[in-house]
Amino acid sequence: MTAAAPPQQTGALLRLWRNKEARSVIVQIVTVAVVCTLVAIGLHNVSVNLAAIGKEFSFDFLTAPAAYDITFSPFIDYTSRDTHLVATAVGVLNTLLVAVCGIVAATLLGFTMGVLRLSNNWLISRMVYVFIEFTRNVPVLLHILLVHGIVVTTLPAARQAINFGDTMFLSNRGFYVPAPVPEDGAGIVGVVFLVAVIAAIVFRRWAKRVQDETGTIYPVFWICAGVIVGATGLAFLATGAPLTWEVPALKGFNFQGGMALKPEFLALWLALTYYTSCFIAEIVRAGILAVSHGQTEASYALGLRPNRTLQLVIIPQALRIIVPPLVSQYLNLTKNSSLAIAIGYMDVVATIGGISLMQTGKEVETMIIVLGIYLVISLVISAFMNWFNRSIRFKER
Amino acid sequence: MTDSTTSSHYAPGTHPDLPPPRRTTGVVGWVYKNLFSTPLNIVLTLVGVWILYLIVPPLLDWALLESVWTAENRTECWDKMEVAEEAACWAFIKSRLTLFIYGFYPEAERWRVNLSFVLLIFAILPVLYDKLPGRRHWMWYVAAFPFLVGWLLVGGLGLAPVETSEFGGFMLTLVIGVTGISFSLPLGIALALGRTSNLPALRILCVLFIEFIRGVPLIALLFVASTMLNYFLPPGTTFDLLMRVLIMVTLFAAAYIAEVVRGGLQGIPKGQVEAADSLGLSYWKAQRLIILPQALKISIPGIVNTFIGLYKDTTLVLIIGMLDPLGIGRSSLADAQWAGLAREVYLFIAVFFFLCCFGMSRYSLYLERKLHTGHER
Repeated sequence: MTAAAPPQQTGALLRLWRNKEARSVIVQIVTVAVVCTLVAIGLHNVSVNLAAIGKEFSFDFLTAPAAYDITFSPFIDYTSRDTHLVATAVGVLNTLLVAVCGIVAATLLGFTMGVLRLSNNWLISRMVYVFIEFTRNVPVLLHILLVHGIVVTTLPAARQAINFGDTMFLSNRGFYVPAPVPEDGAGIVGVVFLVAVIAAIVFRRWAKRVQDETGTIYPVFWICAGVIVGATGLAFLATGAPLTWEVPALKGFNFQGGMALKPEFLALWLALTYYTSCFIAEIVRAGILAVSHGQTEASYALGLRPNRTLQLVIIPQALRIIVPPLVSQYLNLTKNSSLAIAIGYMDVVATIGGISLMQTGKEVETMIIVLGIYLVISLVISAFMNWFNRSIRFKER
Repeated sequence: MTDSTTSSHYAPGTHPDLPPPRRTTGVVGWVYKNLFSTPLNIVLTLVGVWILYLIVPPLLDWALLESVWTAENRTECWDKMEVAEEAACWAFIKSRLTLFIYGFYPEAERWRVNLSFVLLIFAILPVLYDKLPGRRHWMWYVAAFPFLVGWLLVGGLGLAPVETSEFGGFMLTLVIGVTGISFSLPLGIALALGRTSNLPALRILCVLFIEFIRGVPLIALLFVASTMLNYFLPPGTTFDLLMRVLIMVTLFAAAYIAEVVRGGLQGIPKGQVEAADSLGLSYWKAQRLIILPQALKISIPGIVNTFIGLYKDTTLVLIIGMLDPLGIGRSSLADAQWAGLAREVYLFIAVFFFLCCFGMSRYSLYLERKLHTGHER
């Protein structure tokens, strides 16, 4: 086309523009230049604006005492004299805690609901359908506030706590459960457990190789379970049961001892779990339905029993369809956990992005930290799930 | 062949069809097959009935049969009930209804909100219903709609100006939702085209933008909008908070739409691009006439899902202090006259969102069926 253009009517620039390669280079240079200029203007504005109000761009504030309390810090012994950096760490751990707990629970509940949705039972299938549609068409923030309201207002006070056999107590102060206290020798049990798990993995690989070569099938699951449970149990008894439980007890207005799941954590965890599990249920349902019925029939024709068909034919194929959208639900759950701030659960956004920001006035720095932390968490989850996805992908031969 | 009458009166093949066994047809058959076919099924049915028995009658009692619709305050509400606090007090919602709808929009100017709502209906009609006569001309109106309503709601140019901080309630939800939806779609398509383009610089920029936005939660972006976005603007410029929120919500939704559309673009066979090239179509013509119509068609479910997500996410503005329905509800609960009626408020708002979002998802299903013109083989 460029060759056909009459040269006498077009200037050099126009000729350049009509050349496809040249044009793509020009477009890219212009785009990059525009973006760089905008970024430069923005950064320049930031420095001018910060200077105008006498602020300085630095992360020094992280080492200053935070001077605020965090009510829920299960992993770090945090006091208000600790630095903003420690407060951030508490926030990150709280975010990760609720994300991991939520992902595990939502996966279990989601798969259960997805299977129930496919049940032959009309009533159950319809009930799950109504629950799913109602839950996922209502904002997650509303669910969180609702569950939090229910936990705080309708659960009894600590003195009238719902008592589960004198060991677990549910009240509006949270859910108190016994805490395990390891004693001398608990380390040995832990080591034995790890060794047993490794032995089970090695055995599983060996059994798979034997099956590939000779066709002999060992009851892998039962042997592995037996090795892990048996070895750990024996070690536990041999070292003289080195584990006691610290049971919570009512003292004054609240419980002392044991592990406490605060109402904020409970509410956030419950709401995120059932909200996300509704999406997971639909993904699971679609995944199972997408495996064509011919696969089931072919597997029956080969003489596989229904259980083995499900295990060897349906689930591996359905998983390939389920995993990618499942990852994005996990990411959504993690990101939705930032709504914790609405009910006062101290996660990343509430600590560094909330109170630390208010106290130090370092908007730009704290926001950069918050965004950075979420980016890292998201990237790690996607990387892990991409790896998992590759490992179960259809291997074309 | 043998004309035997020992076992039957009919010659072979002449017996009239018998009705199917009673257990397999009609109501009985349906109930047996769907509710009681196996022991497990029977157990599930019984469990289901038990759960329904636990939930539905008390809920009906609470929400409808025993509820109170007219009262001045909560004590009056509770006096009217057989057992205080055991039923819904919808009088609360009724007394706050204008607040829930208009927020703090000045009373004298509320006709503008109403008019905007009517205009919205007329803008949605041609988008949703493609057999509308003169749809092409309507589309001009649809394109002008966001700006028209923006002027109507904010004022200026002959209308009394209204501060955007007075926006609230369902009206605010609609403002953020509709703006986000109408601007994020074109932006998302542009980003998707950039991400799939042959120009590496463009592609990298789009990937960076999309992955950044998708990696952080919307609430963090809203905090950025409310706290530090002003620093990036020239000194002295002030920028309306609602405007900043609108920009953030739009960018956020656009990144997700870009990924959905990219999925659609990848679903188009390469032969389509090559065919367009061989016909001599330019890049933009090929995209507009060949690629995008097909790609958008297969991405409709994902796009609508993103819209539903955006619409639900409008509630997040409550955290940066804007009064969406949830914000109005929470501040109403702080009123001593009505405190403690959280269930009524949350249920009311939940029903509003459910109707909007369920409607959108049903429409997307309808569209999917309509556009499914059989390219799959």
